[in-house]
Amino acid sequence: MWRVATVVTLHDETATARTITLEVQDWPGHVAGQHVDVRLTASDRYSAVRSYSIASAPNSRSRIELTVERLPNGEVSPYLTQEVAIGDRLEVRGPVGGWFVWRAEQTEPIQLVAGGSGIVPLMAMIRSRAAAVSTAPFRLLYSVRDPGAIFYRDELRALSDNRDSASVTFAYTRTIPRDWPRPPGRIDATLVAETAWPSVIVPTCYVCGPTSFVESVTNLLSASGNQREKIKTERFGSTGEHT
Amino acid sequence: MGIISRGFSGRRSAENAKMPPGQYLTTDFPVLSAGPTPHVPLQKWEFTIDDGSKVLKRWDWKSFCDLRSETVTVDLHCVTRWSKLSTTWEGVSLDTMLSDIKTYASYALAHSYGDYSTNLPLDDLRDGKAWIAFRFDGKDLAPEHGGPARLLVPHLYLWKSAKWVRSITLMPQDKPGFWEGLGYHNYGDPWREQRYSGDE
Repeated sequence: MWRVATVVTLHDETATARTITLEVQDWPGHVAGQHVDVRLTASDRYSAVRSYSIASAPNSRSRIELTVERLPNGEVSPYLTQEVAIGDRLEVRGPVGGWFVWRAEQTEPIQLVAGGSGIVPLMAMIRSRAAAVSTAPFRLLYSVRDPGAIFYRDELRALSDNRDSASVTFAYTRTIPRDWPRPPGRIDATLVAETAWPSVIVPTCYVCGPTSFVESVTNLLSASGNQREKIKTERFGSTGEHT
Repeated sequence: MGIISRGFSGRRSAENAKMPPGQYLTTDFPVLSAGPTPHVPLQKWEFTIDDGSKVLKRWDWKSFCDLRSETVTVDLHCVTRWSKLSTTWEGVSLDTMLSDIKTYASYALAHSYGDYSTNLPLDDLRDGKAWIAFRFDGKDLAPEHGGPARLLVPHLYLWKSAKWVRSITLMPQDKPGFWEGLGYHNYGDPWREQRYSGDE
């Protein structure tokens, strides 16, 4: 069932990514980690559909936030990141997905690992934890190309400054901030050992990012003793506009 | 109904005509799976067909490789909306693997290394519609694409083509697999756009 959604706010996260808040007619509510299908229809009725993860926490209002990364040859993402304006209407369907989700009833330690725009569904989990006043221990390891590529920068910084909230570790693959202790590079075994929950406390791990990132991180998590049934993944290929 | 998106024109291509509704064309090969990629050594690999209580047929890698294989060129349609046309696979037809099994079962549940499962009517595995595939594009099937061997059922959405397939259980009654129990369609015909449970 497709629902009419109206764009109510727009916010640029980075030079290429934008958060879109939608007011969705008769929105049934969602769980952190789920995604929606977005349908755009041209005046000749040609339509294109892509899936986008929901960034916002479940709430009692009928609003959801999506963060969309613009892909150079994308069909839908350039429209959503550059063309769409407040008051425009599009269609959404969902929420979809019952596997890569975090529910407020979960009390076990949670290890989140994001690569690039893979942060989006994990941010919904972090926000959901705060909204539910959950005390589940959360850690986030977030790999980005450079400091300018961080989504939700201020919100994540506030989190790392608050001892009772999720702890956040950034990893930079290309460019590091000044005086950063670690050279640029992908997440490796040392960083996992130093910053992720030890496997002995049996965290549930959520890994989201490009395919090669997810392959590499899940191998590291397995090698450090995490059981494979405790590792949930969400991947997107270079053409999938699924973030 | 359909809301017109102001300023959206989209990109149409000749290939769109050959594709099921709501799909777009890709030329690379994206990966979708729910957890870590299992790495199954060939000396430990086996594939079985059972009826839920006893094993009816069993192959190890060597006896599986001794079966007559065929090369097929098929289109792939993923529920996440990408389609890849004219992909070439080598595999053993399920007709060959089921050939001397007598069964009243109407349904099948495929199980994978790594605990994935997916269900489908047994008829959808027969008559040249399904294979246990072990080579893609002339090369051994890579682990992230389901190697050493995966089910290939290209007339259904790709989640039905279980990667790292380990066994098929023949059943008198249908039973949902992994994604089918998590909100995806029980059958998954791309041409009828059966993506999610509730789609007709």
